[in-house]
Amino acid sequence: MKTLDGVRVGKRAAVTKILGEGALKRHILDMGITKGTVIEVRKAAPFGDPIQVNVRGFELMLRKEDAKIIAVEMV
Amino acid sequence: MNVSIALAGNPNSGKTTVFNALTGGDQYVGNWAGVTVEKKTGHLKTDKAVHITDLPGIYALSPYSPEEIVSHDFLMGKSGEKPDVILDIVDASNIERNLYLTTQLAQTGIPIILVLNMMDLVNRHGDKLDAAKLGEALGVPIFEASALHEQGLAEAAKRAVEIGSVSHKPYHERIHVEFSETTAKALEAIKAVAGANMPKTRPAIHFAIDLFERTASAQSELGLSGLQMESIEKIISDAEKALGDDSESIIAKERYDYIAKVLSTCYQKSDRESFSDKIDRFVTNKYLAIPIFAVVMFLVYYISVATIGAIGTNWVNDVLFGEWVPAAVGDALTAVSAAPWLHSLIVDGIIAGVGAVLGFLPQMAVLFLLLSLLEDCGYMSRIAFILDRVFRKFGLSGKSFIPFLVSTGCGVPGIMAARPIEDESQRRITIISTTFMPCSAKLPIIAMIAGGLFGNSAWVAFSAYLAGIAAIILSGLILKGFKKLKVSEMPFVMELPSYHAPRLKNIFRHTWNQLKAFIIKAGTIIFAASVLIWLLSNFGFNDGSFGMVDSEHSILSYIGRVVAPLFIPLGFGTWQMAVASITGIAAKENVVSTLSVLFSAGQGGIDTILSSHLTAPAAYSFLLFNLLCAPCFAAIGAVRREMNSTKWTLFALLYQTAFAYVVSLLVYNIWRLI
Repeated sequence: MKTLDGVRVGKRAAVTKILGEGALKRHILDMGITKGTVIEVRKAAPFGDPIQVNVRGFELMLRKEDAKIIAVEMV
Repeated sequence: MNVSIALAGNPNSGKTTVFNALTGGDQYVGNWAGVTVEKKTGHLKTDKAVHITDLPGIYALSPYSPEEIVSHDFLMGKSGEKPDVILDIVDASNIERNLYLTTQLAQTGIPIILVLNMMDLVNRHGDKLDAAKLGEALGVPIFEASALHEQGLAEAAKRAVEIGSVSHKPYHERIHVEFSETTAKALEAIKAVAGANMPKTRPAIHFAIDLFERTASAQSELGLSGLQMESIEKIISDAEKALGDDSESIIAKERYDYIAKVLSTCYQKSDRESFSDKIDRFVTNKYLAIPIFAVVMFLVYYISVATIGAIGTNWVNDVLFGEWVPAAVGDALTAVSAAPWLHSLIVDGIIAGVGAVLGFLPQMAVLFLLLSLLEDCGYMSRIAFILDRVFRKFGLSGKSFIPFLVSTGCGVPGIMAARPIEDESQRRITIISTTFMPCSAKLPIIAMIAGGLFGNSAWVAFSAYLAGIAAIILSGLILKGFKKLKVSEMPFVMELPSYHAPRLKNIFRHTWNQLKAFIIKAGTIIFAASVLIWLLSNFGFNDGSFGMVDSEHSILSYIGRVVAPLFIPLGFGTWQMAVASITGIAAKENVVSTLSVLFSAGQGGIDTILSSHLTAPAAYSFLLFNLLCAPCFAAIGAVRREMNSTKWTLFALLYQTAFAYVVSLLVYNIWRLI
């Protein structure tokens, strides 16, 4: 299963499921990363982590480790 | 008639500007009970009977982050009266996510008025948003506003007061989030099972959604029976199976689906690259990010530590409260032939105490201006983005860099500079460790030790900075192991807000509020402590009677004699060194002057006297201890203000002192062996 941390910079992917539970999951959902949402990976920070993604028209940063709970499929 | 308005909205939605415009200067800044989240309240400037509470910037009403919890509790009436009406500030340039919060606010049953902010940005970017249509589709009053045009705001406030003053407020259920058929049915079924338990304080649908999401607080609030819980769980799991997702995800997704549907009728986004993207091509660029960061940090350092800020603070300390005020007051006291003790109390105790508080203001004003500038324009979030990878290993945030940098000038603004760090644990660790950096007041101690025992070798100062950095890194690793300082109370999933020109009015007001809070909250501690130290170092028993004495017989010197044995393992267990360390807590500059007085050294002679009093390892151990142990009272006051907790302040002091003790102990004894 592909997760968001594995999506290369410049590529787009659609969310299939948010794994896990608790504060992190809820926050990711609240920020608009829900099933079916298309996410574009914009860039990685100078040291390779965190990554910057575009979701629902705004820019979001998250750590690769946290991006692992976002299951995606490429579009 | 008294009306209570709650101001709600996402971070960066321009809420602060709205609050300032509505209240004018009439506002009070405090903290929400029990947390370090800032609470701002005020009155409508055109109508004093209208009370406005500015909620923290939040993305949702989920029960996780402290900001969301205090907002949730306030809107539920758990911290007093429920507000009469919500002014929901929506950033029109980021409308989808902003409306998500709106759908949650709607379920509190409190009437909502939407304020569409930043419409100018929407138009400039070439997007099209039909506000009237949006209001109609959602079923709420809607007003357009922009930071520049306060017209729309005044109208929105007027309407809010009208709606808020209606004494009998029916549930405001006009925003109907349309859930999918399956979900809607499940919610109805939950209402049927638990409806009788639901108080009439808010709409039943709100409780039903909470239960559907398995929110623990709702389950306990309603006091459901085991049987009810069971049938609700059955309803939820059936819906989850049907929709192939968990209930929390279903609700979030369907809220966003509803918003997308509403927006499809009134909103069109253009494909143009935004202004922020263009800037970020350079600012967060793989190769340019670090050099640009270095330049920005150099400017912050240069302005606040090296030039303007320090010049202002030095002037207040050395000229205003060092010469002018003491001279003027001293003359006046002499003229009325005041008793020597009164003279000393006023000049050395009170004026010095007031000076210690006010002396920091120029530098802090400069620093706060710079910080809110960086925050307001959007760069602060980029700092976190660029540096997170490096700093999080030590339990710190990328934003911790600024406090550490500023602390090389003075720890007090350094501690205050930790404010923008979102994660409570990272912020606390930063506050605890930032004063390990040698500040300018510690430089005389370094110079004294370097001059007295190490032939003015430059490596003494160099090693002091190195020790500061090492202490920060080490403390990060140690402190992050404490359960209460476990990082990630808040996940690092953060918005990179659009860049925009800083709003000077906000920045100045913010700076002023911060300074005022510092004077009140930290100033009282600093002042009281300064007077106490004056008392202890000037009074004592001599020839059997209590009164003013020289420093060798003061109460402080006796305290020094009592604690001195504690320092024997560190190599400097004499009462003079102990007293100097204690006065160092009043202000680090005092260490050198205290030693000069206690050893009756003439001008510049303390270095040589020390060399006969201490061995090299002992002197270096003394230096390390004074650099790392509890900071001065001013910094302690700042810690108290920023932690908003006496317990955490004491923990910080205890940790710092214990850390300093262990480090000095190790260095002294290892050095002696080699």
